Amino acid sequence: MSSRGATSSSGGPQLGTSDSSTRISKKPKYSRFTQQELPACKPILTPGWVIATFIAVGIVFIPIGLASLFASQRVVEIVHRYDEECVPPIFSSNQLAYIQSSITNKTCTKNFTVPKRMKGPVYVYYQLDNFYQNHRRYVKSRSDTQLRSKAGELDISTCKPEATTGNNSPIVPCGLIAWSLFNDTYGFSMKNKVLNVSKKNIAWKSDQEHKFGSDVYPKNFQSGGLIGGGKLDASIPLSEQVDLIVWMRTAALPTFRKLYGKIETDLEANDEITVVIQNNYNTYSFGGRKRLVLSTTSWIGGKNDFLGIAYLTVGGFCMFLAIGFILLYVIKPRPLGDPAFLSWNRNPSGIMN
Amino acid sequence: MKRYVYINDDESARDLYCDNRISNRKYTLLNFIPKNLGEQFSRFMNQYFLLIACLQLWPLITPVNPASTWGPLIFIFAVSATKEAWDDYNRYLSDKKANEKEVWVVMHGLRKLVQAQDIHVGNIIWLRENDEVPCDLALIGTSDPQGVCYIETAALDGETDLKTRVIPSACMGIDSELLHKIKGVIECPSPDKDIRRFDANLRLFPPFLDNDVCPLTIKNTILQSCYLRNTEWACGVAVYTGNETKLGMCRGVPEPKLTAMDAMIDKLTGAIFVFQIVVVIVLGIAGNVWKDTEANKQWYVKYPEEGPWFELLIIPLRFELLCSIMIPISIKVSLDLVKSLYAKFIDWDNGMIDQETGTPSHATNTAISEDLGQVEYILTDKTGTLTENKMIFRRCCINGVFYGNDSGDALKDVELHNAVSSGSPDVIHFLTIMAICNTVIPIKAKTGDIFYKAQSQDEDALVRAAAWLHMVFVNKNANILEIKFNASTIQYEVLETLEFTSDRKRMSVVVKDCQNGKILLLTKGADEAILPYACPGQQTRAFFEAVEQYSQLGLRTLCLAWRQLKEDEYEEWSLLFKEANSTLVDREWRIAEVCQRLEHDLDILGVTAIEDRLQDGVPETIETLRKAGINFWMLTGDKQNTAIQIALSCNFISPEPKGQLLLIDGKTEDEVRQSLERVLLTMRITTSEPKDVAFAVDGWALEIALKYYRKAFTELAILSRTAICCRVTPSQKAQLVELLKSCDYRTLAIGDGGNDVRMIQQADIGVGISGREGLQAARAADYSIGKFRFLKRLILVHGRYSYNRTAFLSQYSFYKSLLICFIQIFFSFISGVSGTSLFNSLSLMAYNVFYTSIPVLVSVLDKDLNEETVMQHPQILFYCQAGRFDFIMLSTLFFQILCIIFYNFFICGDVSLEIRLIVGQWSLNSQYQFLNRLLNPSTFAGWFGRSLFHAIVVFVISIHAYAYEKSEMEEVSMVALSGCIWLQAFVVTLETNSFTILQCIAIWGNLASFYFINWIFSALPSSGMYTIMFRLCRQPSYWTTVFLIVAAGMGPILALKYFRYTYRPSKINILQQAERLGGPILSLGSIEPQPRPILEKEVSPLSITQPKNRNPVYEPLLSDSPNTRRSFGSGAPFDFFQTQFRLSSSYSRNKDN
Repeated sequence: MSSRGATSSSGGPQLGTSDSSTRISKKPKYSRFTQQELPACKPILTPGWVIATFIAVGIVFIPIGLASLFASQRVVEIVHRYDEECVPPIFSSNQLAYIQSSITNKTCTKNFTVPKRMKGPVYVYYQLDNFYQNHRRYVKSRSDTQLRSKAGELDISTCKPEATTGNNSPIVPCGLIAWSLFNDTYGFSMKNKVLNVSKKNIAWKSDQEHKFGSDVYPKNFQSGGLIGGGKLDASIPLSEQVDLIVWMRTAALPTFRKLYGKIETDLEANDEITVVIQNNYNTYSFGGRKRLVLSTTSWIGGKNDFLGIAYLTVGGFCMFLAIGFILLYVIKPRPLGDPAFLSWNRNPSGIMN
Repeated sequence: MKRYVYINDDESARDLYCDNRISNRKYTLLNFIPKNLGEQFSRFMNQYFLLIACLQLWPLITPVNPASTWGPLIFIFAVSATKEAWDDYNRYLSDKKANEKEVWVVMHGLRKLVQAQDIHVGNIIWLRENDEVPCDLALIGTSDPQGVCYIETAALDGETDLKTRVIPSACMGIDSELLHKIKGVIECPSPDKDIRRFDANLRLFPPFLDNDVCPLTIKNTILQSCYLRNTEWACGVAVYTGNETKLGMCRGVPEPKLTAMDAMIDKLTGAIFVFQIVVVIVLGIAGNVWKDTEANKQWYVKYPEEGPWFELLIIPLRFELLCSIMIPISIKVSLDLVKSLYAKFIDWDNGMIDQETGTPSHATNTAISEDLGQVEYILTDKTGTLTENKMIFRRCCINGVFYGNDSGDALKDVELHNAVSSGSPDVIHFLTIMAICNTVIPIKAKTGDIFYKAQSQDEDALVRAAAWLHMVFVNKNANILEIKFNASTIQYEVLETLEFTSDRKRMSVVVKDCQNGKILLLTKGADEAILPYACPGQQTRAFFEAVEQYSQLGLRTLCLAWRQLKEDEYEEWSLLFKEANSTLVDREWRIAEVCQRLEHDLDILGVTAIEDRLQDGVPETIETLRKAGINFWMLTGDKQNTAIQIALSCNFISPEPKGQLLLIDGKTEDEVRQSLERVLLTMRITTSEPKDVAFAVDGWALEIALKYYRKAFTELAILSRTAICCRVTPSQKAQLVELLKSCDYRTLAIGDGGNDVRMIQQADIGVGISGREGLQAARAADYSIGKFRFLKRLILVHGRYSYNRTAFLSQYSFYKSLLICFIQIFFSFISGVSGTSLFNSLSLMAYNVFYTSIPVLVSVLDKDLNEETVMQHPQILFYCQAGRFDFIMLSTLFFQILCIIFYNFFICGDVSLEIRLIVGQWSLNSQYQFLNRLLNPSTFAGWFGRSLFHAIVVFVISIHAYAYEKSEMEEVSMVALSGCIWLQAFVVTLETNSFTILQCIAIWGNLASFYFINWIFSALPSSGMYTIMFRLCRQPSYWTTVFLIVAAGMGPILALKYFRYTYRPSKINILQQAERLGGPILSLGSIEPQPRPILEKEVSPLSITQPKNRNPVYEPLLSDSPNTRRSFGSGAPFDFFQTQFRLSSSYSRNKDN
């Protein structure tokens, strides 16, 4: 009798147990990843750590800032703006006419003194202001395939609106960038002796080797109705046209300097330098300024105080924060993780904050 | 609308009604691509990306290569289309299987094997034992001479017991051969989804019978998807076919569920879109102005004099494309990825494996894990969900003698065994009723063992207990019942069965003892339905006491009684009963009335007490989840008393005086309205008191309340944290879910049976318990778990982590996209507002898809708090739940209350009530935005500000450090990009709470791979950035610039975070600190309960709402049952928390942020 009761009651569970053998196989294998139990480091923002971090950043940043500022200060830089001075006074009310005319004399001679000793090589830059080499129409208007090899000569689809001449033959190098090539030239002399400006290595070696083909020669360049900038010698391959290569490395900012050449000799303080400028390039229509820059270099580059000042500011700010937090910690200590701050523990009356 | 089904008429119905082809498919081969694409493009984000991708095909305006958008777009679409196609293919296969199943159908007078899909309305279908029913049938014949057959309806309503179905009286006695030729008409209602109702008439044509109309009820039908059991054959007429069957009508297409998080992300996306449009318009105008004034002077740009007509649009469109990265295309991919990982974590979790059966938890819906962390309402089934659904006979009281009180198990009580063997007549009668007063069907297995198939687990428990006490119910052969008592066989003939209904609360059988011909009425039922009908003079005091005592223990009680009937009394009554049974109007009521005439003057034999054991850990789970601010509703098909008892024993409601239970009942509209108003009034008064107020409502009153007083009921639903709804149908369960959802609450429905399926599908989150009632609910649910107690872990651990992780991931995704986009915008100001991209296509694509996605994807491993801490402090879940409050609402509310106070001050009235009304209405008015705690407009504003700040830092530092002779485009671009990547690494580091080895690898490995990838590209002569990265890495100024960006970008953020962390900590921060420092956290669980003044004032509404003579429920429970009484250390804080929660705390919640 009793056995009957027992068996009848096992009717249900029996089903379950026969199932369970198959189900157990479905059981996931234990691993710390699947159980989300990977050993973990759980740092929290303790006052000690945070204050130490700020102090450390301050300690590291201030010397770096001083070093860069020092380096930047040691760079000797001569900046000479010539766009206005080089326009003869009679044209001062109509600079555009002067620069666009083909008969006016564009030569212009300037003198300046070296303020400090400049150790060679001295870099010669031209600086343009308010010149948007990063304008979308401009920056896209070039054909890298055409520049790279002769085979790509016809790849001019991206070069509009300076892709072909009037009779549909492709321009090499095509595009607005090449078309607007900067063409002022500078001739330096010191004490009536010509200072040699070397164009060697002013362009990136990688550009000369891989981006500008040695079998690509200028063709139909600046032959259209409207002449943009400089012309190119059709007998020299593009890989040797260093001024073009430098120009074609477009600048990201509307104010930029581009390397014109290098003076390999040292310049002594108070040396008088005469520079003869061929003022050809039209920046007058958009009010862009032109500057001639002679500069030495340091480990952080040219004369640029920004990094040094920024480092000092950030370092100082971190130190300030560290001191502030220390003071706060001393004046108003706050124990971490005090359960009394849990609203449901603190305030049984129902007012949480 | 009615339909007329002509039996066995091959022609007429053919075109009128659909055939039996079942189709659950969403697509066909032809419409798949357009329909699927249409669906995908109905999402705003997808439309947006498509537009962007199309615009990019226009080379004049595109800043980058179109492939950078098209590639990911096509990938995303292909993935989701494939998934849909696969699901639909599986649906097609299962439909096909069902449609092509062969069944015996009478065609032109001959029985033929026909595919199920070719069945038409009016066909006669033959079923064999264990066949699945292919469509809804009206039964006309069975193998049983009495016209009975048994069916299993598990697939329909989830009940696993066997149900009996009978053929209508008109078909009684028709020979099986003749059934082939039967002709007639069935008049039945148009298809509906009520599986408990079928009100039809059958009229057979001559020669079978005269023109009498024979009523058909649900008892005369077998519905689609049931199984024929224990019956050799049965045949019926197809009345509803195909998708028009009751099951087919019930089968709603479950709507795809969208989490609150997704909604929030969509909203943020919209906001960013608007911002983007504004930016585009501003920059577009600026660009055009610059072009007209400046660009004409810039001869080298060579603007044509006269542009095309769309000239003005070009610059705005360029900016649109440039800014399109503001909305990251990667966010959808990353979210899908991490969501499936959350789901996997649930599948893998060892902590949620049911050790008994070895069933792991499973997440069917992989997309809604975050919602788990935002649940506000849990609607739970009772039987099988809270309880084990394993009824065990525990105690009984026979004729005033209590058995089982000492051991807690009457079956082991020696005295009872002695009483049985001594043959005491009362005990014998008691056992006889236990054994046969039921609808249980015994099944003899081949081994000779007997299994019982019972409609209710209680009956099963009683029959088994009787068997254990040597009164074995052996066989049921048509109307002859056979019981064995101590080796002697006794036979009874069942004359009538007076069925159980929820109104009568009792069931009886009239049996004839085959040996002596005595007619007996055997009755069992709820105490209040039996004890008042005791024969005059019988002392029922002992039984009252027994019932009282048992129900205090949380046991389900049944009273057993009997009466000997005189032959003529029975005959007379039997006629009445038959008449009542065939009435068409108010049949149920008539039957009840007739039954009443027989069930009186009962000789009460005793009381049984059955235990439905709670599952392990149910009270603790409910307790914990309530502390987390989650409200519980219990929706059960069970009786009110049982439901209340279970509710008490699992901490669902608190006994007096701590808690108060209000009843809503009534049979008519008026009664319900009054009762509802009363309850509402009490509820409003008590909301401010620290008291657990709950209400209980039964299915009938609920029906009326939902139909006529929806507004009042909704208010009640909002005010009440706990509710018990008894005797509710599956569709009512779904309606309640709908109601709460319409108030913008996040609902979770949990159940185990087929009757919970609709509620599960309706709720924001459906959880199925893979329990005893089959796997139906588990299959329909979004999550299936083995036991109720896993819910705690599912919500607190998985839900919360998922929420936190997604909150971080989504906001971070926007942050990084905005960062790079802001830089682009800044750059446009120094590039003549012409829409030049600072970054090249490759960097842009890799930035979104690769550089910034990998580190953030491992944030799925992040844990802000340990699992144990969360379990100890479930209140922390508040930080995830969706609240609905914002400042404007607060001020409106404040103003409204002020007005009322003023008003009432002069025209004196009950101010507080008015205010409550307003507050109630206000919370009713649910048109507020979700205010997620970790992802909301204000946290998002923080990230927005951060991205702006970082963009300024990166941009200013890069253009100043790389000025003049260094301002080469590619170099500046790479410096800015490196700055961004470095900042990303530090931002992720700062926002990560726990670092596992994987996170370290991902964050710093990503940084390394950034350089590695760029070196590779720098080594390719054909790429635009040839040699750039090598060049930069050799420059000291590059490294100093990058470190400067990091220090300047992270310094203020670290300082701010530290300050907030230490001096304005959130609750999460405090717990983090406590946890990591190993402080007093562990003692927190046992914070002293605050001594709370218990309100002495006995609230009178109890007696109003409960006019019944007796209310055992509200008595404090005795504390001897191990499962029911647990003391929880922190009972009091949770109390305050809960009562304040819905109304006043919404205010404080807001401040809490």
